[in-house]
Amino acid sequence: MVTTLQDSSAQVVRGPATTAPPPKRRRKGPASRRNDTWVAWLLVAPALLGFGVFFAYPMLRGVYLSFTEFHILSPPVWTGLENIQELIDDGRFWHSLGVTAYFVVLSVVLGVGVSLVTAVVLHRLGVNTTVRGLMILPFLISGVVTALVWTWMLDPQLGIVNQLITWVTGEPIMFFGSDSWAVPSLAALNVWKSMGYNAVLIFAGLQTIPATIYEAGRIDGASEWQMFRSLTLPLLRPILVMVVILNVIGSTQVFDIVQVSTKGGPADASLVLQMYIYDKAFGQFDFGYAATMSLSLFLMLVTVTFTQMRMARAGESDTS
Amino acid sequence: MNLSMKLGRGVAWGYLVVVLLVTIFPFYWIVRTALSNNFAMSTDPSSLLPVDFTWGPFKRALGLATPAEAAAEGGSGASIDLALALWNSIVYAGLLTLFTVVFSALAAYAFARLHWKGRDVVFGVLLTALMVPSVFTLLPNFVLMKDLGLLNSFGGMILPGAFFSAFNIFFLRQFMLGLSNEVEEAAIIDGAGPLRVCFRIVLPMSVAPMATLTLLTFITTWNDYFWPLLVTNDESVRPLTLALAVFKQSSPQASLDWAGLMAATLVAALPMLLLFVVFGRRLVNSIGFTGIK
Repeated sequence: MVTTLQDSSAQVVRGPATTAPPPKRRRKGPASRRNDTWVAWLLVAPALLGFGVFFAYPMLRGVYLSFTEFHILSPPVWTGLENIQELIDDGRFWHSLGVTAYFVVLSVVLGVGVSLVTAVVLHRLGVNTTVRGLMILPFLISGVVTALVWTWMLDPQLGIVNQLITWVTGEPIMFFGSDSWAVPSLAALNVWKSMGYNAVLIFAGLQTIPATIYEAGRIDGASEWQMFRSLTLPLLRPILVMVVILNVIGSTQVFDIVQVSTKGGPADASLVLQMYIYDKAFGQFDFGYAATMSLSLFLMLVTVTFTQMRMARAGESDTS
Repeated sequence: MNLSMKLGRGVAWGYLVVVLLVTIFPFYWIVRTALSNNFAMSTDPSSLLPVDFTWGPFKRALGLATPAEAAAEGGSGASIDLALALWNSIVYAGLLTLFTVVFSALAAYAFARLHWKGRDVVFGVLLTALMVPSVFTLLPNFVLMKDLGLLNSFGGMILPGAFFSAFNIFFLRQFMLGLSNEVEEAAIIDGAGPLRVCFRIVLPMSVAPMATLTLLTFITTWNDYFWPLLVTNDESVRPLTLALAVFKQSSPQASLDWAGLMAATLVAALPMLLLFVVFGRRLVNSIGFTGIK
């Protein structure tokens, strides 16, 4: 505070035409506060504009369109609950919901599991940043590139993975071409792409756990596994919950890897919800119904997220 | 160190090597395929080295090969204007990143360092956007772009993301809240207004987190597929990711030019790999940081 006063008096001496320094400064304070409000709104204006025009308005419009018949070229016609009735009767919608759930469960369980193990291994071995860097390589490339290279590697005739499988079992696996393998293959791609990113997130969480806790554990004679179960896991819970939520939200909206590799096939076996919505909107130009499905997807995501956060909070008591 | 611990470390190292191999092998496989002769590859599909080494696939991907040359190496008739797509990606990702980081920084400054009525309410309202997945606003935004006559233009691709990003504002505000008051107060007493403080003091002090956001936003936008798929309909503005997908889908399934496709894929991924080489460490640390906050 003293230095500030000195600075200000120096400024007063330097400052141009200041006849009565102390009152001038006192007036300056409130004056700049008044300016703040004006300037603040100016600085926030672009963000507010973007929020209003490209987020809030489209969102409300999306809710409105969910209750209309809308085919893009003519204006929407209000149909009340007709779309919702259609949704309930639409077997393909429920099928795609099931496919999405299957994909999400596989991706999240496998993805978070492998990421957790990898993060712990990286942490316990004290591996340097370069290795963690290599791990996030798949995060840097697009879903399209991921889907292309894996479609090639999993190709039934020429793909290197199937070369290996044929060499071992004698016959190739139609990864993207078979009902039973399509979704697990897509989930594997998703895990490959996101594993390193998740592992780095979890690793950062591990670094916040003080080393002294493990030393205490070791002195008490706890094994690696015991320390992992009763020290690492509980302390890591908040970040694990965050990683799970991020992955659920991300994989529920999966689209690009599906569209490039299977297009929802064979025979709808990998028709995830986002793929179906896209097909309804841009294949059949049924925008009203597509909006209804988007709305339902959104509501499901909100429910799942809140449930998970609740569970996380319920678990916090045993971590402290 | 006892035996079981040694064994444990051995297993852990083994696991790590397998994970790294699975992570990196596809990248090697892109390179290996992109340097192979597409015809010859079917005779020796499991060769770990390029089959009948050739630069042909890159020539085809970049449109430098004559039809005869392409046919001789198993290239298909389908072509991809990679240079144009690359340019489109640079414009799309570059401009969107520039706008969103600048506008987010300005807003973050107003939320973190200025005192004004309604600040916390406005901030709270903007943050609700974090809760809503993008899938829900994509379709209505498409309709909006169509109404505005912006389909198939850079304007239509960039506008929805250019002004507002809840995450970026939140991230930068967190950082700016932690800045010390002293320099700022000294400047205010020196007679600097809030704008001057913003541009001369707070933003220069926030260069590091802004660089992180620039990097993350650029990567995300570069790799984005769904939005460009909705708003573009020809190659004049189509970015790389989309061009690649269209190229694959328009090729005949039976005689796909995998070598050419992998060469194009490599060109598409190369800018990201370069970013990785230059900023890898920053990226790893920033991912960790975004998780902790």
